[in-house]
Amino acid sequence: MSELAVAALRLGLLLVMWILIISIVSSQGRDLMVGARNKVRARSGTGTPVAAGAVGAAAVAQNGSSEAPPVSGGQSASPPARPLATQLVVTEGPLKNTVVQLNGTPLLLGRAEDADLVLEDDYVSGRHARLFPQGSRWFLEDLGSTNGTFVSGNPLSRTVAVEPGTPIRIGKTVLELRS
Amino acid sequence: MHQVAAPARPRRNTELLLLLLGLGIGVGANLLGAIGMDREITTEYWVQGAVLAIMALLFHLVLRLKARYADPYILPIVVTLNGLGIAMIHRIDVAEGDSAASRQLVWTVVAMGSAIVLLWLLKDHRILRRWPYLFLAISGLLLLLPLVPGLGMEINGARIWINLGVGSFQPGEVAKVTLAIFFAGYLSANRDLILLAGKRLGPITFPRFRDMGPLVVAWLISMGVLVFQRDLGSAILFFGLFMAMIYLATSRTSWILLGLGMVAVGGVIAVNTISHVGLRVDAWLNAFDPDVYNRAAGSYQIVQGLFGLASGGLLGTGLGGGRPDIVAYANSDMIIASFGEELGFIGLAAIIMLFVLLVTRMMRAALGTRDTFGKLLAAGLAFTMALQCFVVIGGVTMVIPLTGLTTPFMAAGGSSLLANWLVVALVLMVSQSARRPVAVGPMVNASGAGSGHQDPATGPGIPGTGTPGTGTPVITAPGGRTA
Repeated sequence: MSELAVAALRLGLLLVMWILIISIVSSQGRDLMVGARNKVRARSGTGTPVAAGAVGAAAVAQNGSSEAPPVSGGQSASPPARPLATQLVVTEGPLKNTVVQLNGTPLLLGRAEDADLVLEDDYVSGRHARLFPQGSRWFLEDLGSTNGTFVSGNPLSRTVAVEPGTPIRIGKTVLELRS
Repeated sequence: MHQVAAPARPRRNTELLLLLLGLGIGVGANLLGAIGMDREITTEYWVQGAVLAIMALLFHLVLRLKARYADPYILPIVVTLNGLGIAMIHRIDVAEGDSAASRQLVWTVVAMGSAIVLLWLLKDHRILRRWPYLFLAISGLLLLLPLVPGLGMEINGARIWINLGVGSFQPGEVAKVTLAIFFAGYLSANRDLILLAGKRLGPITFPRFRDMGPLVVAWLISMGVLVFQRDLGSAILFFGLFMAMIYLATSRTSWILLGLGMVAVGGVIAVNTISHVGLRVDAWLNAFDPDVYNRAAGSYQIVQGLFGLASGGLLGTGLGGGRPDIVAYANSDMIIASFGEELGFIGLAAIIMLFVLLVTRMMRAALGTRDTFGKLLAAGLAFTMALQCFVVIGGVTMVIPLTGLTTPFMAAGGSSLLANWLVVALVLMVSQSARRPVAVGPMVNASGAGSGHQDPATGPGIPGTGTPGTGTPVITAPGGRTA
């Protein structure tokens, strides 16, 4: 085979390698975009079917036309920015009127000695629940407690956002956030 | 760990098109090697091309049947890298009169076959979460195998191979995968405990030893074995995997600082006490010193690799046009230098780009999936892949000291190929669960962690998967049972 043909084939190989790379990048399109347009957060405000619908809506928007910016329900549900609550107040129970200053770090609630708020109560599990900040809100997560954690009287089945003033009941203790 | 929506499209046709392009590159590179060296294109070339194509298309078919929504880019990228590797190994075989390419082809078939079987039988990666300690035991066993007298083999001072009769095998490569499964399983089950319980000293919360114990033991075992086997590359890889997965699970920057501190201390101790590590660092810092260059364990190999890269220039000498075989281990440890010489900067940049794309796709699978175990597993494996590429390519290009790690999918060596194809199968399974449409039904967990799917690992009677506290069901009646 002539020198020229071999040189052309060698250049061709490099070219095809980059064609493969460019086709992969162009074909993934918006898929790698992990920004606001492609984000559906499991926010507490949206109920379960709504959250599933938001995922579907985002998927449909992506499937449809690539020009139109997809409008997903997840982002629009987010509340306006406001400062994070700074106090946790015990309103009922043995520790009534105790105020816990929150400094933006997660808080462990339970009967265990190393919990951040120790609740001496037979109805409270060792590691009962966890309160953690995300963005401008506090989220409450039940850590598999025996008797459950109640927010506004409803038992927690998953992590939910807690607004200031909402009663949180753990055993005999009722707590609420104050900003 | 937020979730990212993905379009629920199978995209298997995209995969097929890209796969054909990738196969074209692999087979074309192999043929170009023959043309470049003025050799007749024997049936060997066609057999290699055909076997690779058949296995790749079989894999594609299995994905169509078993994991329709799996990531469509991973398979084409990996097949391209594997094909390029076979082409380069074959081309170096011709120069050295070896038959490593045929062995590599056999291992490719074994590795892809194992990945297909894993994909076919396992169906869902979350099943692996049930037995984290089994995978810890397997990892320990694999790491200890080379130390067994009569079975282990020592090559170039590192005792990391076992003799299988038909050839050697490096069990540490597979241990990398099983250890990642253990870490993912353990951390996904105990994440809350590690995060929450502990002593707080200033800004850093130190976890209790009993929560961290199994992890520390696992780490000590792997490090100890690696010190005895004197395998620096794997030690870096295991440590990186360990740190990355803890950081992924807890998102605490203090872990990274702690890890970097341990690397610095361990590095200084290793350089000053272990002679073979000291020599490696010396060969890196004073590579062009004639004494170091001519020394037995000196910088000859790495400097020859650099000369090869330099003679390649921008466009390379073309496959078959250079002399990559001058470098020791041109087809395994130094295969990146061989590629740099014959495909030039443009070709080597394309190969690195393919690795970057592969790692981003693996990370994408981790971001998209809804279960913690899958997230940790895929992200941990992606990080390991990235770290391995950095250690190998950085070593060859003298960014860091050279260590004996293999370039994933490319370097001659069956164990590495097998391990990396198993990684591909696992990540494809994670991406399948990340990309498939969300299931809604009465028996499906529709909210919270792991929502949208029926979780096979949370069936009745499986301990160790729940959050801390008690395992009894929640009683909602007022005045419930005592905790």
